[in-house]
Amino acid sequence: MTALAALIRRDIRIALRVGGGALIGMLFFLSVIVLMPFALGPDLPLLARLGPAILWLGALLASLLTLDRLFTADHEDGSLDLIAMSRTPLELSCAAKALAHWLAAGVPLIVATPVLGLLLNLDLTATAAVALTLLVGTPALTFTGMIGAALAVTLHRGGLLLAVLVLPLSVPILIFGVAASEAAITGPLSFGAPFSILCAVSLISLVIGPFAAAASLRQGLD
Amino acid sequence: MRLSGRDVRCVRGGREVFSHLEFAAASGEVLAVTGPNGSGKTSLLRLIAGLLVPSGGSIALEGGDAELTIGEQSHYLGHRDALKPALSVTENLNFWRDFLGGVASDVRDTLKLVGLDHASHLPAAYLSAGQRRRLSLARLLAVKRPIWLLDEPTAALDAAGQAMFAGLMRDHLASDGLIIAATHGPLGVEARELMVGGGR
Repeated sequence: MTALAALIRRDIRIALRVGGGALIGMLFFLSVIVLMPFALGPDLPLLARLGPAILWLGALLASLLTLDRLFTADHEDGSLDLIAMSRTPLELSCAAKALAHWLAAGVPLIVATPVLGLLLNLDLTATAAVALTLLVGTPALTFTGMIGAALAVTLHRGGLLLAVLVLPLSVPILIFGVAASEAAITGPLSFGAPFSILCAVSLISLVIGPFAAAASLRQGLD
Repeated sequence: MRLSGRDVRCVRGGREVFSHLEFAAASGEVLAVTGPNGSGKTSLLRLIAGLLVPSGGSIALEGGDAELTIGEQSHYLGHRDALKPALSVTENLNFWRDFLGGVASDVRDTLKLVGLDHASHLPAAYLSAGQRRRLSLARLLAVKRPIWLLDEPTAALDAAGQAMFAGLMRDHLASDGLIIAATHGPLGVEARELMVGGGR
């Protein structure tokens, strides 16, 4: 347990320091959302209608942006060898790394959502719905993205590959995340159905992600 | 404790690096792995650590902890230092101590042993190559492991550093440790030599 706590603490610390990933993802998310109203024009009903989708897309791309460093940094400096050799199962180490990534890069996005919702003319319920779906959905983005990040470790400059591998996996998360937020805002569907499916997808990725990532890391260590 | 390999064969990227390799080392012994560049010294260490899978033969440890793999009872010191530039010297060492399951203790004493106590608050990004190596060596002291797998351990160390490191190795051997080191130069302790490869 201390081993995993140490790993989480270290990764969060690195992410928050200068040059770490947390700030980059956050800035990217901010700039995408802030630029959207300028691109779409001052049509308030249109902004409100597109708002949840824009926030979700921003969050998806922001988490992809920082995910490719999840294992490559540790691979390049040799830490990954020691992590793989240690007495802590690699699956748990992967899960801990993904959790740290979510805490450092995912949670700030959710916290910023209410502020950015204002720019997109979202009212209180709509913002709350988007924030809630992001809270449930972003762990799924991180944990499925981790599989791609683990596969990209063996390939130098695997960033593009990561996007190609991970984007198809994140389509269901995006669909149900946006569907649930829109159901809460406009109806006529109930919020419960897409939201439950989003929760289910999230739970599945929490289980499968670490095992798949650990398996591909073991293959890739060379 | 006795670590031995029988008829070990290693293939990397479709090319045979070495084959029919036999080696053995017992507690209190140093096995110096020598050979020209590209002869498979690092590959041998990684095979023992379990980071590579041998294409043939077997590597076994007698007298160790049967519950653990050889890698889990070993320290591996590779070319790469496993240090995070954004973290300070103390934070780096603290992390590896906690992650590898060392006893919680003041790392300052360990840093003093490797001569880094004056730099404990410095981010690892500002360390020189020799200082980075010293910090990696501190990891071997912060967590007890019976087997040390060292890849070019004395590279980048100055004369004083090499003498310090020879002392650390002697202490480790005295406490029934086992060292396998890939090296080009003298290690500063008495060692049995294992020649790897030679042909391509």
